[in-house]
Amino acid sequence: MAQEFETVIGLEVHAELKTATKIFCSCSTAFGSEPNTQVCPICSGFPGTLPVLNKKVVELAIRTGLALHSEIPEFCKFDRKNYFYPDLAKAYQISQYDLPICKGGYLDIEVNGSKKRIGINRAHMEEDAGKLVHQGDITTTPFSLVDLNRSGIPLLEIVSEPDMSSAAEARTYLEKLRAILLFAGVSDCKMQEGSLRCDANVSVKPVGQKELGTRTEIKNLNSFRALERAIEYEAKRHTCLLEDGDGDKIIQETRTWDEEKQETRSMRSKEEANDYRYFPDPDLPPLKIKQEWIKEIKNSMPELPEIAEERLVKDCGLPEYDASIITMTPESLAFFDGCVKSYSDAKTISNWIMGDLTRLLNQNNIELTDCKITPDSLVSMLKMIDDGKISGKMAKDIFEDMFNTGKNPEVIVKEKGMVQISDEQTLVPILEDIIANNPRAVEDYKSGKKKAMGAMVGQVMKATKGQANPALVNKLLQQLLGR
Amino acid sequence: MALTIQEVEHVALLARLKLDDDEKELFAAQLSSILDYANRLNELSTEDVEPLVHILPIYNVFREDEVQPGTPREEILSNAPLLEDNQYKVPKII
Repeated sequence: MAQEFETVIGLEVHAELKTATKIFCSCSTAFGSEPNTQVCPICSGFPGTLPVLNKKVVELAIRTGLALHSEIPEFCKFDRKNYFYPDLAKAYQISQYDLPICKGGYLDIEVNGSKKRIGINRAHMEEDAGKLVHQGDITTTPFSLVDLNRSGIPLLEIVSEPDMSSAAEARTYLEKLRAILLFAGVSDCKMQEGSLRCDANVSVKPVGQKELGTRTEIKNLNSFRALERAIEYEAKRHTCLLEDGDGDKIIQETRTWDEEKQETRSMRSKEEANDYRYFPDPDLPPLKIKQEWIKEIKNSMPELPEIAEERLVKDCGLPEYDASIITMTPESLAFFDGCVKSYSDAKTISNWIMGDLTRLLNQNNIELTDCKITPDSLVSMLKMIDDGKISGKMAKDIFEDMFNTGKNPEVIVKEKGMVQISDEQTLVPILEDIIANNPRAVEDYKSGKKKAMGAMVGQVMKATKGQANPALVNKLLQQLLGR
Repeated sequence: MALTIQEVEHVALLARLKLDDDEKELFAAQLSSILDYANRLNELSTEDVEPLVHILPIYNVFREDEVQPGTPREEILSNAPLLEDNQYKVPKII
């Protein structure tokens, strides 16, 4: 029997913390400014400058730790990680080595309908490096350009335990982690702007073997898709080598994900293995974190996704799946909450959010925060359906209009003359006309083919441009045909 | 404690220093004697001594999260040996 293999995955996630200033100086962290306009001697690595820690960075790091059930040790410190790279002005990165701000912790993900707990090993504060821009063709140009606006932007590196066993699990973990960071208000988590970055450690071993296989680290995973694809590729690469008895060809190394070729490739050879020579940074006094501060942060913690999810299931009666989708971002939860306070049918609300609203947002590439539909306007529309003023079919068109124009559903209905016809005196002559013109359908119906009615209802809707109240049309048709 | 030539070469690589054979011999001897000197600390009993992480007994030196204008770009870039498009121009490393 062929040997079975299993994949072991751990993720290192870098989240940019949501502060106004950098971690060790007062330069702005605003995204997208002109190169080298948010810099000073500290973040440009001038000799003789001294870093001073941004208090907000520590607060956000603690808040993240609490959200991830981590221990916040009383004592922590900063260390220097030494390496040469053109985007690293000081030739060392200030990070945390053996005494990080958050130790341990976990988050729970759903795997095939059941809960799986993924351990968090640690989370530590550090500064980001600058940005390297390669000019022209990367293979031929002899130069790179350095922009230090990003140098010194605060990051929290969150390291998971190697508890994931598939690309799908890794993706779910990252989605869940992102939701937690968004709800806790600690990071914008915009993968396309680099405020959430992910590296994956992947190894493969025979099923049941305790000892882990040789792991490789994959960098440059800029989207959920890239994360999933890269892990799948890498796990397959390891498995093939192991199956061929070439396990020794898997070396511990850093690889990069090539989006174009959809493959991973080696970045550094073994000879240049990392040797960072960490040591405590003498420029930064250590931290003593008092329980009172932790308590204060705990008390100001916003509602987290897992709590919100439970509330939506228990208090609003939403299915768990719906609740998990609604709680993926604070914005969609706020939208839902805004609706449910004045409309009791939670499932209908979530259907509209997960269906038409999400579709329109994606089609137009718009964020929910910039959307013209408000919870109030959606609720008005739902009430118009319930009152029989508009049909569900009309509502779909009205909803799209609301999305595009921001008008209230009442205004749209009035402007377009889209009021539903729920008046028997108007409908009966139309129905009689259709009955007269469709003798076959009538005969079929009378001989027991109840489906024939559907065709007639369709004709009524066509004749009234979709404005006839379908329930009433059904009822009247039955009456007229039953005569 | 005698450093080997390989160890000197490793440290030189990390520091991006190019040494010739004579220098490697010389630094192996010099670095060894520095390490020997520091090693004298190992003669002390440190059983009940907490590792020192900072020389001063001060903690929690913070700044508030308030933006100050950065340094004007021309000024911050004025020492750069090579510039292009208001950015530092450096040899490509990949």
